[in-house]
Amino acid sequence: MNVTALIDAAKDGILTGSLYALMATGLTLVFGVMDIINVAQGILVIVGAYLSYALSVHFGIDLFLGLLITIPTLFVVGIVIERAFLGRLKGPEKTAMSILVTYAVSLVIEGSLNMIFSVNPVQLHAWYVNKSFVVGGYHFAFIYLAGFALAVVLLSALYYMLYRTRFGVSVRASLADQASAALVGIDVRRVSTICFGIGVAVTAAGGMIYGATTTFNASTSYDLISRLLTIIVLGGMGSLGGAMLAGVLLVFVGNVVGVIAGAVWSTMAYYVLLIIVLLVRPQGLFGKQSARVA
Amino acid sequence: MLKTKRLWWVLALGVFAGFPLVVTNPSYQTIAFYSLLYMACAASWNMFSGYSGYIALGSGVFYGSGAFTMALISIHTHMAPGAAMFWLVPVGGLVAAAFAVPLGWIGLRVRRHTFVVITIAFFFIFQNAAINFSFTGGTAGLNLPFITWGFSYYDLPFYYVALGLVIFIVILSAAVRRSRFGLQLMAIRDDEDRALGLGVKVAAVKLTGFTMSAFTIGMAGAVYAMFLGQIYPQFAFDPMFDLSIAMMAFFGGMGTLVGPLVGALILESAQQYLTVNFSNGSLYLILLGGLFLIVFMFMPQGIVVYVRDTVTKKAAREKAAVASIDLAMAEGSET
Amino acid sequence: MTTLLSVQGVSRAFGGVQALNDCSLEVEKGSITGLIGPNGSGKTTLFNVITGYVKPDAGAVMFDGQFITYARPDDVFSRGIGRTFQLTRIFGQISVLENMLVATQREESWLRGLTRSKSSKAEVETAMEWLDFVGIARLADLQAGALSYGQRKLLELAYVLVADPDVILLDEPAGGVNLTLINQIADRIRTLNRDGKTFLIVEHNMEFVMSLCESVTVMHQGTSLVSGTPSEVRNNPLVLDAYLGGGEEVEEEEDASQGIAHG
Repeated sequence: MNVTALIDAAKDGILTGSLYALMATGLTLVFGVMDIINVAQGILVIVGAYLSYALSVHFGIDLFLGLLITIPTLFVVGIVIERAFLGRLKGPEKTAMSILVTYAVSLVIEGSLNMIFSVNPVQLHAWYVNKSFVVGGYHFAFIYLAGFALAVVLLSALYYMLYRTRFGVSVRASLADQASAALVGIDVRRVSTICFGIGVAVTAAGGMIYGATTTFNASTSYDLISRLLTIIVLGGMGSLGGAMLAGVLLVFVGNVVGVIAGAVWSTMAYYVLLIIVLLVRPQGLFGKQSARVA
Repeated sequence: MLKTKRLWWVLALGVFAGFPLVVTNPSYQTIAFYSLLYMACAASWNMFSGYSGYIALGSGVFYGSGAFTMALISIHTHMAPGAAMFWLVPVGGLVAAAFAVPLGWIGLRVRRHTFVVITIAFFFIFQNAAINFSFTGGTAGLNLPFITWGFSYYDLPFYYVALGLVIFIVILSAAVRRSRFGLQLMAIRDDEDRALGLGVKVAAVKLTGFTMSAFTIGMAGAVYAMFLGQIYPQFAFDPMFDLSIAMMAFFGGMGTLVGPLVGALILESAQQYLTVNFSNGSLYLILLGGLFLIVFMFMPQGIVVYVRDTVTKKAAREKAAVASIDLAMAEGSET
Repeated sequence: MTTLLSVQGVSRAFGGVQALNDCSLEVEKGSITGLIGPNGSGKTTLFNVITGYVKPDAGAVMFDGQFITYARPDDVFSRGIGRTFQLTRIFGQISVLENMLVATQREESWLRGLTRSKSSKAEVETAMEWLDFVGIARLADLQAGALSYGQRKLLELAYVLVADPDVILLDEPAGGVNLTLINQIADRIRTLNRDGKTFLIVEHNMEFVMSLCESVTVMHQGTSLVSGTPSEVRNNPLVLDAYLGGGEEVEEEEDASQGIAHG
């Protein structure tokens, strides 16, 4: 085993892990506020990637500059999805139904993407995508660093919004208890819609970096969404901090296992880790203690 | 009422039994075969998830295990290609059920929405394992003993075996619905903690239901492998399968007997038809997703329940009955 | 008189909130015992501890001479303790009659459930009798979710009764229902009590409690304050204090303990 390779894997794991953390935070925010599991998150990441792709190929707009367009676009897409379908969900089977409904949405998007962009995998290109530099003997790929920086900036913005703004107070109240939040006059419906928009908007940034680091087509979304779901369950559903930590942890573990035992086992490692954690803590790392007796 | 119901079942059975004798075009027979296979799977899925409300999205694990059981045993015992291989169908079911016990034991300890995600995780573990282990043939797949009972009616035996499987599952499903066990599953769906407080052994009941549904899905997987004659891990363990059967069950009406059958019949035959005639998978994705969303928006309980409730004017009847008792109670006390 | 159910020094905290603090309670066999106290005084949590939904941090629960402190809800039920919930809980998507049948098997093994039909003729008859007893027999075939609020309360009472428990814990049976129905529920409870059923009732409606119960325990801030006959309790200065002063500080606890309901 090569120590340098191991350190490289660990370092890249943390850098890319932050990006998964960002995308998973959007997912867990939506779950925490609305009790909705948005399995369309995976395909929306791909939509973000394709949007960046279209902007850069057809209009020559830089990938990072393009985010100024793609992030608001996906925010609107999120709001439309929420208003059209998810607002109708209610009752005890809301969460389960939300999976099927968002999956249906994701199928429609997947089919449309296949027709528009074909199923041939593409990758985002820019002059800096394959640049890297050396610090202290270690290679740092520019795009990983940029992704890390982007994730940190966006997560900080999200946290600022949650903890420093009036809207954030409403969101945190809804996270804690929707019924009580509604009682003290918070428009939970509006908070939900906006949170869903935000949860989806972060996929634009995630998708751009994702698309620049790997080739993708619409069906790549299955791998993405299964990772993201694993992350939020591992972190504890509805826990923002849990999603961030689990995001970094999973990719980190996956990369390290990949170097030690071979790439084949790296994906497997996520799921095995998840099941081990759930055996010990059924509510995930930072999940609210469920008082259920069973 | 009960009599007309039975009549409908017999009529439907007659149509299905006679179909391949009337429609002899092999490509339509193939469509019909796949529709039956998915009817079997959607009804099996419904037997646990529809009744208990625990949405499982990793049923591909059982479909795939059934398929690989069929492939591996028939290859390694050098079975003569032919009808004798059908004996492996229940074996495929048993292997799937054997996997279901530990998976269910782990997965059913957590809350409902976490269960969904855990079943997805199980699925990807199995898919990964199947692709990477050598005994599954890896991405190159496995070739089963090649059956040659004349191409022109190649589908026929499979069609009737699939029909038999559907009948078996419908009977089993109906039996579950009528049993105390089925009642307990439905009580769990409506309010699990309350059911526990009324003496229902929720953990055991859930695990039993989960295993039963795995058994019948495993059988369907075995038939699928035998029909194809070759299997690949990436198709035997297909994430689309998991979600498709759940959507089919919902589409028709989750938790009802007929709903999943109707849902699977409509959606699977549509998919097969589109694939055969337009070889366009993307169109199917849009159609499946779009149809589902339309049904969700206008008939949130599924087609079958919607039609039934509309025909019997259920809402109005209920309202009247409830009001009359409320009134009687108010009056009764005055006297 | 013998003690059927006793709670001995039970404590339980949720996070930082001490919901129950050294709480004790005795229910005589054949009695109707009332449990009153301001909001958040821990009444529902006490019910949850007795029925096995919440494990106590300290103390013991004894039923019919046996400790059931750590028994699970299904076990508690099969020993003969039935219970209704403050927020009525019925099975909404199955029929009214089927709701009754869920509770029928008290000590049946789960394996038996696989091989038997959901009801025997005798069970249906008993179920119908109880539905008739509470006055909703004509709704037996309706989907339970369609029932009105009052009817749900009656159904919940009926399906607890069908299992023939020895003691029945009622959490606010008169809450949110009209006066006519309150009187009817009180009548039913008296009738059942005459036939030998023991009741423990949490209720805010004082008139209801005072007219029905022969013994009343008052809870305050998680602990049992006073026990006695209705008139003794009514005239106890401590009780007045409890109702007029404070009590709000543990307001959230009631939500927390109801919360398991949805978990």
